[in-house]
Amino acid sequence: MNIWEAILLTVITASTPLVIAALGELVTERSGVLNLGVEGMMIIGAVAAFVGAQLSGSPYVGILCGIAGGAVSSQLFAFLTLTLVANQVATGLALTLLGLGVSGMIGEGYVSVPGVRLPEIAIPVLSDVPVIGAVLFRQDLIFYLSIVLLLGVNWFLFRSRAGLKLRAIGDSHTSAHALGIHVIRTRYLAVMFGGACAGLAGAQLSLVYTPQWVENMSAGRGWITLALVVFASWRPWRVFAGGYLFGAVTILQLHAQALGLGIPSQYLSMLPYAATIVVLIIISHNRRTTMINTPASLGKAFVPER
Amino acid sequence: MKKFAFALAASAAAVIGFSSAAAAADKTKVCYVYVGSHTDGGYSQAHDLGRQQVQKEFADKVETSYLENVPEGPDAERAIERLARSGCSLIFSTSFGFMDATVKVAAKFPKVKFEHGTGYKTGPNLGTYNSRFYEGRYILGQIAAKTSKNHGAAYIASFPIPEVVMGINSFEQGARSIDPSFKLKVIWVNTWFDPGKEADAAKAMVDQGVDVITQHTDTTAPMQVAEARGIHAFGQASDMIAAGPHAQLTAIVDTWGNYYSKRVKALLDGTWKAEQTWDGLKEGVLTMAAYTNMPDDVKKMAEETEAKIKSGELHPFTGPINKQDGTPWLKAGEKADDATLLGMNFYVEGVDDKLPK
Repeated sequence: MNIWEAILLTVITASTPLVIAALGELVTERSGVLNLGVEGMMIIGAVAAFVGAQLSGSPYVGILCGIAGGAVSSQLFAFLTLTLVANQVATGLALTLLGLGVSGMIGEGYVSVPGVRLPEIAIPVLSDVPVIGAVLFRQDLIFYLSIVLLLGVNWFLFRSRAGLKLRAIGDSHTSAHALGIHVIRTRYLAVMFGGACAGLAGAQLSLVYTPQWVENMSAGRGWITLALVVFASWRPWRVFAGGYLFGAVTILQLHAQALGLGIPSQYLSMLPYAATIVVLIIISHNRRTTMINTPASLGKAFVPER
Repeated sequence: MKKFAFALAASAAAVIGFSSAAAAADKTKVCYVYVGSHTDGGYSQAHDLGRQQVQKEFADKVETSYLENVPEGPDAERAIERLARSGCSLIFSTSFGFMDATVKVAAKFPKVKFEHGTGYKTGPNLGTYNSRFYEGRYILGQIAAKTSKNHGAAYIASFPIPEVVMGINSFEQGARSIDPSFKLKVIWVNTWFDPGKEADAAKAMVDQGVDVITQHTDTTAPMQVAEARGIHAFGQASDMIAAGPHAQLTAIVDTWGNYYSKRVKALLDGTWKAEQTWDGLKEGVLTMAAYTNMPDDVKKMAEETEAKIKSGELHPFTGPINKQDGTPWLKAGEKADDATLLGMNFYVEGVDDKLPK
């Protein structure tokens, strides 16, 4: 394996959790719900996946537990904000705190237990193609799922009837309600999808990225995905590109340090954030299309008229 | 975010503190402040093991408690003050970043005794304690020089503070005592705790051909990468052999228990005084994990070096030593004094990095 293949593999591992969680949050926000609890759902997904894999011995059971952990915790948020109409920002923050605390408690007995690594699956024929074969087609299941998610979310939002309804709710829940669309039910599902994705991203952390459990191991990645969604102006492909750009710059700056280019490491550490923001702002600079893409009801409470 | 988490944790701890105060009014309270979680598998856990030793040893006289995940900075002051108010007789604040907060609270509560870990500011009721981690890192450097096939190693470093720079220099000194052409690459991740980023750094180093890595960050992620990629690594703060059964050569292990017991005993005897303690391998606050995955001659050399450092025969920073740019620092036979070490802001010769300012 040459160094470029090695770098690409590392970039993919670093970017995949960001992309998965951001795509989930994108669907949630497109329905008009702002869930700031991504970090909390992600860490619950990470601990659930780790414990599930330990108890069953299978990383695939771990993945299912991770998805379930994220989805279940998101429903707590959904109940509070959609049924009880609590403030979304405050509830989202509370979900993050709860997630960090609960995951620490669940995982207490699992610190420094050697993890179960998710195996790679080589796709026949394609995995023998030079360079890209080893990088793209000899990956773990979660990477393949992230690609399926990207295509699926894009198709759902912009090519399916259900996606059109979801976006309509995000733009004006009152009008959507008047048209007979189930606002609350759709939002419950959208929040659950976001939670499941955050949980899957967490599973990637504790089964692929660093197969182990330590408290706070998501280390702020949930917050990065929230920023990605906004700066990518709620477009799936941009979220994907932004996630990979962030991952790529993170890894390349480490290589740059090791090569000794003499750039102060603080600047290099800042670079992934700066580069991602600048690039996404440039591609989203058209105000009109950005306005169209921004869900107009984002974060607003909906109480149906009786 | 951490602020909220801390506020919740602090109020919860306060509630617990008050409820148990009545039950154990005759016991002396000894309290700890951790920057991470007590199960972080590294730095804070090492302190908590020390606390548990105290609790076990003085079970009938002492009640210990701790606040964890306390952020460094202004918030720490509130946490420490809360402990002081809740009746703690002796408070150990275990992280460098709690220094100014501890100084302030100590001035407000002259009857409470304080000890601050790895800092340098003291007061009439405030002592400091630290461990000579660099002694262990010198041994790591020697082992690395014997193990590496391409005359070099990589050092995954957190922040450019004197403690970290001192460790890098000591490692390089150890390596150069075996192999004068040894090159040490330093990679800064600007965090103490981010398993993903630490793993990324380790992977980047391995991809660039490094075959020995060492770390001054808190998680076992780099060790895990070393194990997966078939290279060697050193554990930090805790024995990380579980994460790298074939990769770990040894680890420098923080063992605070004996020091904590000694100080609590002094407190109970009424002989406690504010002191500045900087112990090392000899006093046992720093121990070496088993020397594994290396040939017998390397193991023998490491054990000899360890014995020499313990006996005082060997000081890792003994001249002649040049600074990185080649200018002389220590003359032949001259030993670095503690003040210079504690404020170290330059590299020694052979470190292949530009020190961030």
